[in-house]
Amino acid sequence: MSGVHISEDNRGIRELGAEELVGWDAVTQGVIINSFEGDATDVVEKKAEERSYSDFSSYTATVASWRVIKPVYNRDICIDCQNCWMWCPDTSIISRDKQMLGIDYDHCKGCGVCVEVCPTNPKSLLMFGETEDNEIALSGWPEKKKKEK
Amino acid sequence: MAEKYDINETEVWDGNFAAAQAMRQAQIDVVAAYPITPSTPIVEGYGGFIANGYVDGEFVMVESEHAAMSGCIGAAAAGGRVATATSSQGFALMVEVLYQASGMRLPIVLNVVNRALASPLNVRGDHSDMYLGRDSGWIQLDAFNAQEAYDLNLCAFKIGENMGVRLPVMIHQDGFVTSHTAQNINPLKDEDAYEFVGTYVPVEEMLDFSKPVTYGAQTEEDWHYEHKAKQHKALMDSREVINEVFAEFKEKTGREYKRVEAYMMEDADVAIVALGSTVETCILAAKQLREEEGLKVGIVAPRCFRPFPFDDIRDALSDVKAISVLDRSSPGGAMGALFNEISAAIYSTQNRPLVTNYIYGLGGRDFAVDEAKRIFKEQLAHADAGHITTPIQQFSGLRGPKLGFFETKRS
Repeated sequence: MSGVHISEDNRGIRELGAEELVGWDAVTQGVIINSFEGDATDVVEKKAEERSYSDFSSYTATVASWRVIKPVYNRDICIDCQNCWMWCPDTSIISRDKQMLGIDYDHCKGCGVCVEVCPTNPKSLLMFGETEDNEIALSGWPEKKKKEK
Repeated sequence: MAEKYDINETEVWDGNFAAAQAMRQAQIDVVAAYPITPSTPIVEGYGGFIANGYVDGEFVMVESEHAAMSGCIGAAAAGGRVATATSSQGFALMVEVLYQASGMRLPIVLNVVNRALASPLNVRGDHSDMYLGRDSGWIQLDAFNAQEAYDLNLCAFKIGENMGVRLPVMIHQDGFVTSHTAQNINPLKDEDAYEFVGTYVPVEEMLDFSKPVTYGAQTEEDWHYEHKAKQHKALMDSREVINEVFAEFKEKTGREYKRVEAYMMEDADVAIVALGSTVETCILAAKQLREEEGLKVGIVAPRCFRPFPFDDIRDALSDVKAISVLDRSSPGGAMGALFNEISAAIYSTQNRPLVTNYIYGLGGRDFAVDEAKRIFKEQLAHADAGHITTPIQQFSGLRGPKLGFFETKRS
């Protein structure tokens, strides 16, 4: 995540679909599932990484394995316009105090919408193969395109 | 605070108004409804109570029965006591959402005033809609008259809301014959009725903001099967709770209900198995046959259609020689559903009685006492012969040439 440290939280701590499969007698009645552990009265005031998300919350699950291509974020070009944060369908752009911090690779599906909506020149987000190294991707970032007359 | 409703010890109500009164007494939080014949007067009556200040709850007029049940599910998930009513086409439109209500374990009460399903269009009573709901995961209770429609409404809340059950409950009554026939009804006083039903206790209610929940989560092949099995287990286990609630109701009112009702079965040689108002027709026929001709005939009637009383059916029918199972629904290329289920139950008894199937009364076609007598006598003839002497499936009260299917296979 381009060296940006978010926090020590439980984001994506388990692979979705790799849960321990319990029997019919141990499943939740009515598929009614809790989003948080304990009292969640003030949860709306807290940042995601401070919330006590339950094991049933998608926040604690990672779906990184679904992705084939990934967006790579270049902090040096970004203008913190928040366009990608607004458009991301999986809330996988991490932003704090209107500053873009990086991509939540545990939940990003690699759709590329963030790249499409990025207004900078060159773009601050570009798609690369899932197995490509981020540092190498950043080192070969394209130059600014000149306006065509 | 709701206005006090003056209620007499004996009232003259039809099945619809009896159901509406029971709903008023249960102090429901939300009724979401879309009226349809012949259940309209339930919704109309309840709407009248609201308009005149007799009910504190909310009444939501919606744009379809699909929306009515959806509204009920939302309100029940939010944490309220919820009920509604429908019939026939409206019930059919509700079906998709019925499965959601039971899957989410929401104890909604639904009055189904039984009516035929189109086409041909028909507002009269048969059991097509009741049968359409039989795999939906709801408890289904069947009222044979207006008093029972009232009583079973009160029981329905108590059964469905039991912490070991938490399943939705339907109360069925026959369109027009029960729903629009005024009878003497002995209701409970408001305070007694509410004391019996009890205060609603929500489970995982969405309006508890300290504990946000997801209802109706996606499961796929890893989890769906286990959840459905758990739901089925709860429905099967509700049999004991139904027994308990019926026992408590008897203590309070003197009126006794059982998951399987049996009339004149102590010494019966043959029996009719039926549902709905037809049960009372058959009781009258049996009384006359016993008094006038000394024929030992009886009636067995599932009060509880779901969970199907496999156990009590076997007990009730184990000693008879021949049984006719009456299905008031077009079977659509099979034997009648009740016939199939009764046959399956008694197949695992030592004494396997002869079982035949009558389709009857479709679209409100009258089923008279004389026809019930004829069917009883036909069963006695089977019993005397020691085998089924007619086609196994026949049609009763049908104009034109006799229609029947399948003979007994004999070597």
